[in-house]
Amino acid sequence: MKVTGAQALFKSLEGEGVDIVFGIPGGAILPAYDPLLDSSVRHVLCRHEQGAGHAAEGYAWATGKVGVAMATSGPGGCNLVTALADAKMDSVPMVAITGQVPTPVVGNDAFQEADITGITMPITKHNILVTDPGAVAESIREAFHIARTGRPGPVLVDLPKDVLVNETTWSWPDSINLPGYKPTTKGNLRQVAEASRLIMKAKRPVLYVGGGVIKAEATKELMKLATLAQLPVVTTLMARGAFPDSHELCLGMPGMHGNYTAVMSLQKSDLLIALGARFDDRVTGKLDAFAPDAAVIHVDIDPAEIGKNRVAAVPIVGDCKDVIAKLTADLTKRQDEAGGVPDRKAWLAQLDEWKSAFPYRYDQQPDGPLKPQFCIERLYEAAGSDAIVVSGVGQHQMWASQFWRFEQPRHWINSGGLGTMGFAVPAALGAAAGQPKKRVIAIDGDGCFQMTAQELATSTTENIPFVTAIINNAYLGMVRQWQELFYKERYSQVYLSYDTPDYVKLAEAYGCVGLRAEHPDEVDAVIEKALSITDRSVVIDFRVDSNEMCFPMVPAGASNDDIIVGPEGLKRAQDPAEAPIA
Amino acid sequence: MSLHTLSVLVEDKPGVLTRVAGLFAARGFNIDSLAVGPTERPGLSRMTIVVNVENKTLEQITKQLNKLIHVIKILEHEPSETVERELMLVKVRAEGEARARVLEFCQVFRVRVSDATHQTLTIEATGSPDKLTALLALLEDFGIVELARTGRIALTRGDRGIRERSLKSTRAAGSDDQTDWTGGGV
Repeated sequence: MKVTGAQALFKSLEGEGVDIVFGIPGGAILPAYDPLLDSSVRHVLCRHEQGAGHAAEGYAWATGKVGVAMATSGPGGCNLVTALADAKMDSVPMVAITGQVPTPVVGNDAFQEADITGITMPITKHNILVTDPGAVAESIREAFHIARTGRPGPVLVDLPKDVLVNETTWSWPDSINLPGYKPTTKGNLRQVAEASRLIMKAKRPVLYVGGGVIKAEATKELMKLATLAQLPVVTTLMARGAFPDSHELCLGMPGMHGNYTAVMSLQKSDLLIALGARFDDRVTGKLDAFAPDAAVIHVDIDPAEIGKNRVAAVPIVGDCKDVIAKLTADLTKRQDEAGGVPDRKAWLAQLDEWKSAFPYRYDQQPDGPLKPQFCIERLYEAAGSDAIVVSGVGQHQMWASQFWRFEQPRHWINSGGLGTMGFAVPAALGAAAGQPKKRVIAIDGDGCFQMTAQELATSTTENIPFVTAIINNAYLGMVRQWQELFYKERYSQVYLSYDTPDYVKLAEAYGCVGLRAEHPDEVDAVIEKALSITDRSVVIDFRVDSNEMCFPMVPAGASNDDIIVGPEGLKRAQDPAEAPIA
Repeated sequence: MSLHTLSVLVEDKPGVLTRVAGLFAARGFNIDSLAVGPTERPGLSRMTIVVNVENKTLEQITKQLNKLIHVIKILEHEPSETVERELMLVKVRAEGEARARVLEFCQVFRVRVSDATHQTLTIEATGSPDKLTALLALLEDFGIVELARTGRIALTRGDRGIRERSLKSTRAAGSDDQTDWTGGGV
């Protein structure tokens, strides 16, 4: 059968089981938009390519499937760059399809030409410039395979216009030939046994759980392991929901704004069992001072993460699902032989003591300014753990992670590694498109929201509703917090204003419902109203206290031992030169 | 820090050199020398990369390189088990008395003169990097007009090729022994 390259593209996407593509057409990608009309693939017309990229990410986070974004050449591809870098940092499976100028003029500075494979090399897992319509199917197949297997990540496929237009004979490759790509998925049994031996000996073990556990769909295995061996669990920002917050063994989120118990459990531990986590600086604080007494068992599918920041006593390369199951089996045997779980009552008691002594806290006075944490807590009480929560980056993100209760995987979506402001609205769009039966709530900052708010138009026209709760403190809040703490309260370029734009009017202009709460006693009614609307998107403008800071806090570059649990523990820098490096 | 020679077997695809070089730049690894050429198998190229790094950094380099889809295999050469060679072309001033002395050094080092003018000699030298460095040190006294070096290439001694070997440091990383890890990629 003769097909054009563009037809081959959609036949291939269908072959990969793609149901939704987020994109915007343009000159070079035009030929692909014609066969789209005859395809089963739904195209969601976004308003900015960055939005399309984050929507593809949100879709992937929420469903576990590969998200797809499509854009034209030059500026179209360039606008995808942030989303690709974000997906690379957070290991989000994603395929980006870009148009390219025709092959005869590649390299001629043609209209809307950019070397997008060159530009995206360091921020994709792989990318492919297709130069022959006969290679379209194979390239798409490879792209999806690479994106979803091993450590997931973004793959870009660049399709010159003539490749889309010219004809080829259709054939779907039944195998993939990538001699340089064979991820190790099975954990080594000897290493597993060694890990298990260390766990039996450990007095103060902690499971340090990262996003890899969710990516590997290993949360059931994790639950078995943790409960079998009575191992306390911290879930990093990327792993919120990998282990239920309500479980007695759950210590919550560690890191720069993590809770005291989670941070201290790592610091005082004698054995860290890192599962799909990468010892990121936001978790470790000052690396040399991180968990000084702990031996490390490090399980990761990416060998390059093992030993990158922290030496592992027991490195295990493999898929978390496989390794955790093997580890549980081995531990079961050892515990049976030893007559039960090793006695670690003192450790668990210590953790419980910290938990009750140092919970997250804030002070909402009935007549006082509205507190951001209060809004998030009330929103959680109303929406519950079955909602999917999406956040951007900054204070609101930390508060959302702290005050929401995550009970299941794939119900928390955010920009972790890259820290991309503007992530939430388009990612919520993608999540809602992928999980239409779920309630999706974006908890966003006012700064973040303004970077990508145009995707509310997409939400309305494509009928993909979700709720956006803007934690509006009129500032670039996290930057303001740092200027307050470390730059002698010299506020520089952080004020945005509460009412420009008027978020309620803006929401209405986009065809959404706009609501506002300024006082604590308005919060519940507004939330109830917002959650009663399901046929279109809602934007809530929570006008919250600008002075509220995010705690606990481990200043960047400081040891986790120097955690500040609340404003009373603050030591403001007297000299900006003392300010930590971000 | 010490010098390490890596042989990297890659698929001969457009942009593969950029991917490898870009990875070194992006992660802040310095390349001492880099030589690329075809291999005994069509479609495969071999890069010989010399880096001056600590062992921990070397491990990161090899692991990160292995993640590139087009990288098939990496071998770190053990100096005592390796034949290493480099080609150098050097144009040196050689007039009057100096000419005879330059030619004498060429004989001692068993290197060839490939071009001559009344003022200069162009010398073609192959050998171990040490030999070339020693020769160059001698020739510097006469005045070097121009110098080009290929960077070193290397093969392991003995009867096995790179495709039958694997990288030790990645084995140690705890991968399953049953798996041919050096297929690479994550």
